[in-house]
Amino acid sequence: MQDYLLPRYKVLRDADQCVRCGVCERSCSNEVHKVDEELGRVIANHRACVNCQRCVVMCPTQALAITRWPQVGNGSNNWTLGAMQDIAKQAQTGAVLLSSMGNPQPYPLYWDHLLLNASQVTNPSIDPLREPMETRVLLGSRPDALKVDECGRRVMSKMPPQIKLDVPLMFSAMSFGSISLNTQKALAMAAEELGTYFNTGEGGLHKDLECYGEHAVVQVASGRFGVDARYLNAGAMVEIKIGQGAKPGIGGHLPGEKINEEVSQTRMIPRGTDAISPAPHHDIYSIEDLRQLIYSLKEATRYEKPVAVKIAAVHNASAIASGMARAGADVIVLDGFRGGTGAAPLRIRDNVGIPLELALAAVDQRLCDEGIRSKVSLVAAGSIRNSADVVRAVALGADAVYCASAALIALGCHQCQDCASGRCNWGIATQRPELTRRLNPEIAAERVVNLVRAWNHEIQEMMGGMGINAIDSLRGNRLMLRGVGLSDKEREILGVKHAGE
Amino acid sequence: MGKTVSVTLGTAHFAEANATVREALSQNDTVEVNGVFAQRYLGCAMPAGKTLRIHGVPGNDLACYLDGGEIEVFGNAQDQIGNTMNDGCIVVHGRCGDAAGYGMRGGQILVRDGCGWRVGIHMKQFEGKRPAIVIGGDAGSFLGEYLAGGIIVLLGKPGRHLATGMHGGVIYLRHPIGEDEVSAGLVQEPADEVDRTVIGALLRRYNECFAADLDEPLDESGEGFHRLRPTTVRPYAALYAN
Repeated sequence: MQDYLLPRYKVLRDADQCVRCGVCERSCSNEVHKVDEELGRVIANHRACVNCQRCVVMCPTQALAITRWPQVGNGSNNWTLGAMQDIAKQAQTGAVLLSSMGNPQPYPLYWDHLLLNASQVTNPSIDPLREPMETRVLLGSRPDALKVDECGRRVMSKMPPQIKLDVPLMFSAMSFGSISLNTQKALAMAAEELGTYFNTGEGGLHKDLECYGEHAVVQVASGRFGVDARYLNAGAMVEIKIGQGAKPGIGGHLPGEKINEEVSQTRMIPRGTDAISPAPHHDIYSIEDLRQLIYSLKEATRYEKPVAVKIAAVHNASAIASGMARAGADVIVLDGFRGGTGAAPLRIRDNVGIPLELALAAVDQRLCDEGIRSKVSLVAAGSIRNSADVVRAVALGADAVYCASAALIALGCHQCQDCASGRCNWGIATQRPELTRRLNPEIAAERVVNLVRAWNHEIQEMMGGMGINAIDSLRGNRLMLRGVGLSDKEREILGVKHAGE
Repeated sequence: MGKTVSVTLGTAHFAEANATVREALSQNDTVEVNGVFAQRYLGCAMPAGKTLRIHGVPGNDLACYLDGGEIEVFGNAQDQIGNTMNDGCIVVHGRCGDAAGYGMRGGQILVRDGCGWRVGIHMKQFEGKRPAIVIGGDAGSFLGEYLAGGIIVLLGKPGRHLATGMHGGVIYLRHPIGEDEVSAGLVQEPADEVDRTVIGALLRRYNECFAADLDEPLDESGEGFHRLRPTTVRPYAALYAN
């Protein structure tokens, strides 16, 4: 059948700069570049380019840039070139379109409509370079009342299990299988260095990472891959994954090609079989069933570890979150539709779920109204792009955030959305040994640590500007936010005043 | 059998009941648990070398994450026994409820009578570990859904939607289903010599476990069984286009 698909990108090569060294050819697992000795130049198979920009970064003479394929559509706002290309692909294959990373569609980015406050004259700002500035966060349930022996300076109440984060940020779930072991190891090392946590995703905990268990959140999802008593007790917190922002209502599916020996050992399934995590947990049909799973995990970990439950931000998130808190979850994780994924059906990724900002504000408000907010911690996930997003998320009600895309970008990811192919040139979303060894865990960890340290200092600067010296005082403090360019309804849901009010 | 001790649970809350049982298990190899009134999670993550003998009605999630221990229930069991169990054995002198053996990776579950819905969902096998479930009576719908490995032997009749999404393992049926009821991607065929050896060994275990309950032991030859197996381990290989 004739393939009607057009290339998506075009490789621009500056002939004056190119020295035909072949670095681009060796960089590209998609086999875009080829040094043609007979022609005496480097040729490109544009069609294979995914715009991961590895060759652009690696080219020693800056001879390369990638641009969009210059073909124009007919000018229709409806039948765009992209819409027609999707149809061509499906007509060719009869398949469900697959993509990766988070929802890239131009839905409102509420973060960019929320401005932060700063003190002037009164309640003066605090200089974090001179004054103590607390960014430590404890996640877990909190007791209704705290009994303190003031003479002995001891807490008398029995405290529920909590985990301590030195920075208000953890690395979100990415399984070994969806990402390389080197990538997971880099995040584990960074988490240890920063005093925070990485998350195993539903892929088990590789034996080489067991030493980072104190900084691991171990995930339990519908496929139960790699889950046994040892795994549950190896981590600092257990997380039940109900849903994921990038693909609400859809399960996981790691294709057999990615189940190599190491992944097979860690997931405890045979090599080469598809690893299918069904969309529903077949044992959870109600909040009461969720409670049963939560408490089975608490029993299995002797009530020594908090249990988190992660859901995708969907229409009824606040009612669901209320149920989750009552079901015994210690931490609620809300994942918005811009959160990344190693693979998701494109139509689901682009059309299902709601923006994190609205869900977060609604959930925090609902839990406060019902008087159960302090029973749980709230973690916001789904494309936190910078430190200002962290501050906004906390002011909207989050205790902390989960962050994955930004951490991967720190490692070299250029968001080409081709993770599912397993040919990641940056050595991140691949299991091919010749690619995974491109990512050195020590150097990669240093990049992530640098990023988070920089963010944390920026967070301290922003808090200081508001006259706030502890991140606990910022949580749910929506007076520190003002909306611009938002409707009354949007501001009502976000719980913020308009700028100028 | 090592040291044995008895505990009585009565109406204690499950957290308290499990603490009592764990305490008893720390000092003894076998614990007789009496007066059980629907306490959940009994035998949770219990390791090899430990045995629970349960009298009364254990609650949901009996033997979740079971890690090699042995559990015998003298009566019926409720929902979701052997959730994500890793190894060990559960014997039920009666019937069990829904979702038994969810995500089970090793060990055996033997149920004298029937079972509820969604039993054996997402069972899997790995290297030397090949979990097995034997159901003596009829099964509810969705038996063996998403089955990725292991063995299910069903002596009674299955419900509807048997083994939809199955992509590994095998189900042995004493009562074959109609060809129109065989889910897409699966094939039903008479058990062969190798199958009969596997079935025979499990039926022998069944006879041993339930000798006192049965009028006469089952025929252990494995004759007359059919097997249901997937035609591929990659049922969705062609579903997606990048």
